[in-house]
Order: sequence, then C-alpha cells, then structure tokens
Amino acid sequence: MADKNNLIVYCEFEDGKVADVSLELLTKGRQLADRLGIRLEALVAGDNLKDVEKQLFPYGVDTVYKVEDKRLYPYTSLPHSSILINLFREIEPRIAFMGATSIGRDLGPRVSSALHSGLTADCTSLEIGDYTDAKTGKEYKDLLYQIRPAFGGNIVATIVNPDCRPQMATVREGVMKKEVKDSNYTGKVVDLDVNKYTSPEDFVVDIIDRHVEKSKVNLKGSPIVVGGGYGVGSKENFDLLFQLADTLGGEVGASRAAVDAGWVDHDRQIGQTGVTVRPKLYIACGISGQIQHVAGMQESSLIISINSDPNAPINSIADIVITGKVEDVVPKLIKYYKKNSK
Amino acid sequence: MSLNIIVLAKQVPDTRNVGKDAMKEDGTVNRAALPAIFNPEDLNALEQALKLKEMYPGSKVTLLTMGPARAAEIIREGLYRGADNGVVLSDRAFAGSDTLATSYALSAAVKKIGDYDIILGGRQAIDGDTAQVGPQVAEKLGLPQVTYAEDILSAENGKVKVVRRIESGVETVTCPMPVVVTVNGSAADCRPRNARAVQKYKYAALPSEVAADEKKKAFIEARPYLNIGEWNAETVEADLAQCGLSGSPTKVKQIENVVFTAKEAREVEPTDEALEDLVKELIANHTIG
Repeated sequence: MADKNNLIVYCEFEDGKVADVSLELLTKGRQLADRLGIRLEALVAGDNLKDVEKQLFPYGVDTVYKVEDKRLYPYTSLPHSSILINLFREIEPRIAFMGATSIGRDLGPRVSSALHSGLTADCTSLEIGDYTDAKTGKEYKDLLYQIRPAFGGNIVATIVNPDCRPQMATVREGVMKKEVKDSNYTGKVVDLDVNKYTSPEDFVVDIIDRHVEKSKVNLKGSPIVVGGGYGVGSKENFDLLFQLADTLGGEVGASRAAVDAGWVDHDRQIGQTGVTVRPKLYIACGISGQIQHVAGMQESSLIISINSDPNAPINSIADIVITGKVEDVVPKLIKYYKKNSK
Repeated sequence: MSLNIIVLAKQVPDTRNVGKDAMKEDGTVNRAALPAIFNPEDLNALEQALKLKEMYPGSKVTLLTMGPARAAEIIREGLYRGADNGVVLSDRAFAGSDTLATSYALSAAVKKIGDYDIILGGRQAIDGDTAQVGPQVAEKLGLPQVTYAEDILSAENGKVKVVRRIESGVETVTCPMPVVVTVNGSAADCRPRNARAVQKYKYAALPSEVAADEKKKAFIEARPYLNIGEWNAETVEADLAQCGLSGSPTKVKQIENVVFTAKEAREVEPTDEALEDLVKELIANHTIG
C-alpha cells in the first residue's frame, strides 16, 4: 500500500448507515484534498459492512478501508484505536478527521497520544494555509488550520500542527455541510484483516447492556428555534419560551449559560459544544452572543434578538433587534400570533 | 477489597465569567486575572471516587493536579470533601502544555504514585472543552478507558462496571482494572464539605506555601497528613522534551477576539403595535405560520 500522505476520515456506522457527521467531514475533506492535490480516504470499522462503500463513494472518496468483525460493533475504545494507530503508521495520512461525538472524542485523543500527533477538538472551521514559527522562523506550507472558539467561547483560536502527522481534528455534527460530489464517483475498496490491526487483549471491554434512547428534542430539524440565554433570568421565564415555541411550532434551544444555570436540559444546548442549527427563524431571547453560541446558530436565515441590552453582541448578527425584556416581549408575540394566524 | 483511586483534577479559570484581559498576547490564558475554580466535572469524578471509598472500606483517594502552587486550593477543597491526600505537579517546564504534553506529565506523576486501580477525572475542563486528557493519559499508561461515565456501579473481582451516557442512549460496560474512567457532568453532584474534614485539613499546605513560616512548617512536619505533595518534572522523572511547549504538537497560530461583522439590523420597538406588525409581517412572508 503505497498510498501515503492523504486525507482520511474515520466514519461511524450504525444501523446500516454511515453517520451524517462522517458524511459532512467527507464533504469538507474532499474540498481540502482537492485544494492540496491529495486523495480522500475513508475508514469504516464495524460489523455488517457490506456495500458501505456505495454510501461513501458519492462524496468523492478515493479509497475505502474496511475492517469487518462482529467484535467491532458496538464501538469500544481499544480495538478501534488500535486499527487507526496501526493503519496510520502504515499509510501516514497527512490529515485525519473524526466526528466530535462520544465515539470520536473517545477515539481521537487515544490515537493522537499513541502517534504523538496533535488533535484539535470541536473545530468550527477547517482551512488550508501557511505558517511561520515565530521562534525559529521556519516556514510551513499548506498546513491545516484548525479553527475553534476557545476559553468558553470568548476567543477564536487557529491551531496548527507544524511537525507532527497526521494533523487531526474533530468536528461536531451539523457544523459542516453534507453534499454529494458525484453520485457516479467511484474508488477502490481495501479490506483489512482485523487480526492484523488489533490484538486479542484489545477486546477487554464488554458491553453488557445498551439501550438506545432517541433524543426527544429535535432541534436540528426544527424550522423555528427559540433560543434562551442567561438574560432570560429564571426557569419560570423559560416556560414562556416553551410557550412561544409551541405556538409557532418550533423547538426551544439554549445557550451554555442557561444550561449551566440549570434552567434547561443539556440536550437543548446550541453552540460549539452543543448542537448546530440552521433554522428558518431563530429568536434569541436574552442571549448575549458569545462566539461559542453564535457558532451554532449564525447560519439561521432570519435572526430576531430580544434583549434588554441594546449593545448585546448578538444584535450585530441579528436581522431584527427588539430592545426590551424577554418577559414583556415574548407574551406579546404569542398573543399577536394567536390573534393573526387564523 | 480496598481500592487505590487517583482523581485527576484541574483548577480552571471560571470561563463563564471572563473579562477582556483574560488572554495574554502570546495566546495563552492569563490565569492570574481570573477567578479560579475546581473544574466542575472533576467534582463529579471526585464524587464517584468517594462513593467507591464508602463501598470498599479501606480505599484511598488521592487527588492529582497539574498547575501553579495556587492549585493547592483545589486539593484542600478535595480533602474537605473526603479525599485522603493530594499532589500538585508544578514546574515551569510544563508551561504552555497542550493536551498531549499535559497527559504526558500527568501520566509520569501517576507512575510515581505507583499503586492504582482506578484513575478518575472529569470528562473535560471548562477552559478547553477538549475531553482529550483522560484518554491520552490512559494511552500513555497502556490502560483501557471508559469515557462519559455516569455511574460506577461496582469495582470488584478485577473489573469495574460502569454506566456511560452517550448520544444515542445509555451503555453499561465492564472493563478490567486498572482503568481510566472519565466522568460526565450528568453524574451525581459532589457531596459538600464535611465539617470534620475541614477541621482536620484546614492547615494542609504545600511545602512551598509554608517555607517562609517556621512555625507552620514545624506544625505540618509533625502532622504528615497535612503535607500536600509538591512535585516537579524531576520528581516524576519527566523527559523535558515531552513537556510544555516543546512537547506540544499543536501550536496556537492566532487568537482573535470575537468581532462580528455587523449586519444592518432593523430595530423594532417593544410596543404592542410594533410587535403585532412584526408578527403579521412574519406570517405574510411565511416565516411563521
């Protein structure tokens, strides 16, 4: 296998389907691979992988590495990391992506530690660019810029891995766009022998019970999202947001501050460390607009901000600004919607 | 069977509450300018450790943190809540560490502690949100890992039994010890301080904290349990090339304060009339309804 120095995406596979986050990363990966003139590769490890390549090729994948074994599903840390570590030693990828999911965030650090390669978690943007080391003056061409809000979302940092390979990054679901490149695109399939890439000692974790609880909250698919921040002020005031969302047929989301305050459940958190949404209408209630939150909603088609602070940062990305108290404005919106909608 | 448990903890700037001078020009965090707290999920991890200590009498809980001497504050906080002892790993050589260099230093300290069955830590720290150090420590020590733990049900017959919270639901796994377990914020909250433990440990200190005070020094020397371990790169036999900036493959290229490109926002007065007009408009252009 002489194919080295390419871009590889670790793809998650569940219920016969490649995860959306993996397809999103393949889409981004294809763009970057084109920019760098390298190949796009995908790795899938699991069980019942028959024809999985058919789901992957349309995204412009040149090589699909498949490792199939009953013991590889459901995911456990050690065998999957061994596969990546051993395969990466062999094919020396330049760049490796994985979803910032409970799998990718379990797997990525282990692989990066074994290979001594840098890993940046929860990137919101990935680009290619040059870098000059401030100390040594050494210049690096075409590095991966791993861009992410840091420090609770107060700043945006661009991280690079000048010397170590692969340059690794995780990205949350919904952050990148999923787009088929060419439904007739085709590449090659490489089947890997599980015994060559794992050892029997890797299979020490037993999953003795697993029950799937589908999230009750469908933020991602909702055309209208009412987001609440710390400025909402209380759990009781959050009820108003739920009423507004109910009335409009939307969902309630929240900033991290509101989740930390215990007013809403964690699965409603929007932002870099939560869900990314692109609704038709986003109503930001008492949200100041930290980058960590904005990263998860800025592509909403229409943003209305309701905030008592006319200088709240969120107002600068809003289309419509209502300066006023959430508890005054929201009931009026409910009232006038009910009055006018029939 | 009693257990030796190490809890990895971090003193973090309270990122929910930061000002403009929070970052230095080189892109690293200006910790001095910020209130410092016990990383929330590390407290969830400590609770799991203390619960296991109750389940398996004779177990010992050791807190390990990397940071400046000031980080002794969280060791004392842990002692007040039921930990048995603690170590602060502190050295200029660790400055500027990314997650990999951090996990290298921590794993060197864990090796120095030597005897361990379970290494616990929070899933992630609120200043970086990376969730990388736990699994990296596990890899460096050649141990299996269980991440996103919500409840450690048992730790006996050489195995832990752990409930994990993942996106798609809940998993219960067993894994042989020694093992690294990272604990999710959805796990039980940490118990409060225990009044007797506060009495017992209120003078606990690092050697460097009492170095200038002969009386305090003698007081602690007579009571070894008050001595918080203070280790540096040499104590844990760390390879300096793997520490700090030189041991960090990731470099910060650029830090930007966040400036949004302003759109032209339309202002709507919070009056009944203006709000009703807005709602009518949104209905008319099919944004809602």
